[in-house]
Amino acid sequence: MIRVDEKGFYGKFGGAYIPEMLHPNIEELKENYEAITASIEFKEEFQSLLKDFVGRPTPLYFAKRFSDKYGAKIYFKREDLCHTGAHKVNNTIGQIILAKKLGKKRIIAETGAGQHGVATATVCALMGMDCTVYMGALDIQRQKPNVERMKILGAKVVPATSGSQTLKDATNEAMRQWINNPVDTHYIIGSVVGPHPYPEMVARFQSVISEEIKWQLKEKEGRENPDLVIACVGGGSNAAGAFFHYYNTPEVRLIAAEAAGLGISSGKSAATTALGTPGILHGSKTLLMQTEDGQVVEPHSISAGLDYPGIGPVHAHLFDVGRAEFVGVEDEDAMKAGIELSRLEGIIPAIETAHAIHALNMIEYKKDDVIVINLSGRGDKDLDTYIKWGNY
Amino acid sequence: MNRIHQLFENKRERVLSIYFTAGFPHLEDTLEVMESIQEGGADIIEIGVPYSDPIADGPTIQESNLVALENGITLKKIFNQLENFREKINIPVVMMGYLNPIIQYGIEEFCKKCQEVGIDGLILPDLPMSQYLEEYKELFEQYGLANTFLISPQTSEARIREIDENSDGFIYVVSSHSITGAKSGISSEQISYFERVQQMNLKNPRLIGFGISNAETFSKASEYSNGAIIGSAFIKKVKLAQSLKEDIVKYIQSVIN
Repeated sequence: MIRVDEKGFYGKFGGAYIPEMLHPNIEELKENYEAITASIEFKEEFQSLLKDFVGRPTPLYFAKRFSDKYGAKIYFKREDLCHTGAHKVNNTIGQIILAKKLGKKRIIAETGAGQHGVATATVCALMGMDCTVYMGALDIQRQKPNVERMKILGAKVVPATSGSQTLKDATNEAMRQWINNPVDTHYIIGSVVGPHPYPEMVARFQSVISEEIKWQLKEKEGRENPDLVIACVGGGSNAAGAFFHYYNTPEVRLIAAEAAGLGISSGKSAATTALGTPGILHGSKTLLMQTEDGQVVEPHSISAGLDYPGIGPVHAHLFDVGRAEFVGVEDEDAMKAGIELSRLEGIIPAIETAHAIHALNMIEYKKDDVIVINLSGRGDKDLDTYIKWGNY
Repeated sequence: MNRIHQLFENKRERVLSIYFTAGFPHLEDTLEVMESIQEGGADIIEIGVPYSDPIADGPTIQESNLVALENGITLKKIFNQLENFREKINIPVVMMGYLNPIIQYGIEEFCKKCQEVGIDGLILPDLPMSQYLEEYKELFEQYGLANTFLISPQTSEARIREIDENSDGFIYVVSSHSITGAKSGISSEQISYFERVQQMNLKNPRLIGFGISNAETFSKASEYSNGAIIGSAFIKKVKLAQSLKEDIVKYIQSVIN
């Protein structure tokens, strides 16, 4: 069984390795989130916003030309059509309602590429809540349009200037600021990482993805279960959402595409399961890219959203017990897959998502297999990267 | 008998603990800094084990961690540097660090090595009490390492009691809602929190840390506890030191007297 235990562990991974200063915050969340999210009031508000504000359900689209080319029945779960352009908003909607019910007045968040930051700034504007987003100083330079989007939405964007000045440092900074503001502030973590209960909570908010896949596939194919589900994994929130209702259905193969950057052995990648060892980062035990001395290594991926040295503990567990198959997709192959999807189906994907597309070339499957690929985000934010790459 | 227990048996007031980052400002400064802290008259030395992602620390200690790592410090090198430190240093010495480097070193190997070189206790800010009790307590005790937990203004009375029950050595009273080095001075709100904890009559001695930087804040904190811990302010002095030994001794004496 793939499930979280009461201490927040998925097998060997997870837990809440946090400074005592954060203990009351985490306890408050742990003690309340299940009751709140199970309440009818919460569910009604969550579902109504997902429908009318985010635009759910997102389509499950049969990709005919792609299917012809790859010799399988390929469906795309169109999370790229969510408001703000990616699945991230499913989680921020859930967490902002929760924060409100907990009586919190302000929101903090971390962001790498800025997608989660934009999704957070969006729901804060929607709810009239004060919003501060921590972002690596280097990422602020690299992701200018998203920085401006957050500002337009009324959020304050604060550069994280420590360490490598990227996502992991932005996360450190958000945690520090939560320590500094423990009473009135809720921290909206953007992926299935962090101390328990975050990984499970975020996965549950994202699980709407596989919940919809089930009934949509039933309508189209007369069966709830595809043969394969493919998703990209950085921290792993879209993959957790796409896998969630299939964790314990062993006949559905789960494929996770991580970023192999310039190549797994190049020293420039973010292929956490290939290169990582068990360690503790941002409050949970997971697989981690680190030195022999236990210092966290700065990852590399052409897609900022996969550029994280760890992986959600649930994914570390799926890898550990062999429930999911992990493939490492290199920068160049992901870019080509992005162009291929654009040309064959008229969809320019986020570069994160393009990693999941390329995974089709790296795995075995049978003709007529039904394959669902989670199209986690659209490529608007990546135009600069596409242009710089130039090979189209 | 553990040196920490011994210290508090003899001294219940104005105990001064100094935190420094191993391998900072230069790789080979570790021992000289420790000797100077003792010479200046501090009672406890906290050796900070550098980590790439210190989430409870403010900019000063973050930077010292980063510099030490760039200098090439590792836990292995720290233990090499500490090989014979007990020939010169007789005050209690505590290791303070985040869990990950220690887990990679091997937790039992780490404890063994601590005992071998003469470390008396541990402060591991991201080791929660539940995990400590489940996985680490027995091991720490086996190797004679006193474990210190932190409490903050947000910690409930019930939890403080539980922490007191499971602490061995001293309790680290974090002075405010903050990361290290964030605030200076002590407010009336903080004092009422110190008093609240003081009135609980805990079995363990209490040292107040975070925001302690000089004679004034040290004395103020000591009124409500058994003493205090200085970290960021000390790192700043070390960073700017012209002569490491002289400046450290002078600074510590200025705090105590």
